Amino acid sequence: MRRRHLVTALLVLAVVALFALPLLVGGDSEYAGTDSQATELIEESDPGYQPWFESVFSPGSSEVESGLFALQAALGGGVLGYVLGRLRGRRVAEEQAAPAPPPPS
Amino acid sequence: MHIAEGFLPPAHAIGWTVAAAPFVVHGARAVVKEVRENPESTLLLGAAGAFTFVLSAIKLPSVTGSSSHPTGTGLGAVLFRPPVMALLGTIVLLFQALLLAHGGLTTLGANAFSMAVVGPWAGYAAYRLTRRLGGGLLGGVFAGMAVADLATYVTTALQLAWAHPDAESGFVGAAVKFLGVFAVTQVPLAIGEGLLGVLLFRVLTVNARPELERLGVLRPQPAPEPESAAVLREQPPAVVREQPRDGGAR
Repeated sequence: MRRRHLVTALLVLAVVALFALPLLVGGDSEYAGTDSQATELIEESDPGYQPWFESVFSPGSSEVESGLFALQAALGGGVLGYVLGRLRGRRVAEEQAAPAPPPPS
Repeated sequence: MHIAEGFLPPAHAIGWTVAAAPFVVHGARAVVKEVRENPESTLLLGAAGAFTFVLSAIKLPSVTGSSSHPTGTGLGAVLFRPPVMALLGTIVLLFQALLLAHGGLTTLGANAFSMAVVGPWAGYAAYRLTRRLGGGLLGGVFAGMAVADLATYVTTALQLAWAHPDAESGFVGAAVKFLGVFAVTQVPLAIGEGLLGVLLFRVLTVNARPELERLGVLRPQPAPEPESAAVLREQPPAVVREQPRDGGAR
């Protein structure tokens, strides 16, 4: 069990490091999304191109946009946490029920 | 990885929609069939959809100085086979197109084809190949999740290069440029996503063993059961825990 926890901790550390490293290395960069970079590339290589359709709805400000992103993450995280919690609870309940077989009397 | 609204010419937009539609319809039927035949799968199906939902909401920075998000489609592909993800991935894309102005309705077909069709199938192929080569479950999951992520972005780059070939160097030149934006950025994210998948599967193999065995991800293991049950029997009996609960109720 000990070794298992160690591996888990190392995996979490690796994920955090992978995502934190760019923040530390390129601290001054603007972090434009790849989507907008691609849009710029299109304008560069295909200057005559005009987008022919507008988004049906655009978030009014970047605050609203990040709020909606947070909502999406919260919905997903909530469901994922609920499922993992239920599965774990089921296993714990099964383990507690398991020692019953030896009939006491 | 979304192609922004209106940035594919009408012919391409229609073409990709026609190409993706059968996969999504087939995926919807696969989800309905799975839920009807195995209602106990609903929990894990929810987890697979939720995983894609969270991951595609998180914009992460990358070493190239731009940010993009993981896709998370590899998890469901490994658990339930790729068709299921064609539906779940498209639902996520629709949410982002309608509420966040990321991606779009005209580009939904192209985005669904890259993230909900090519990604899951490529990831599933990588998972199967790794397992056949003796990589084990976690090795397979890592390969599957990372490849699903990367394949999605490579597909997006190629779709854009096809629609907007470079004035001088044509399709190949444009492909190199778009791959530079999408694929290179995505490599660390793909590795991170692979590791996240391994973490999640370590939790699932402990807590969702019956489901994983039924889905064929894990082989049934009847042998070690008596041993662990014996170990459990040595521990203080569960009866002790019952008593305080009774006392508290009175």
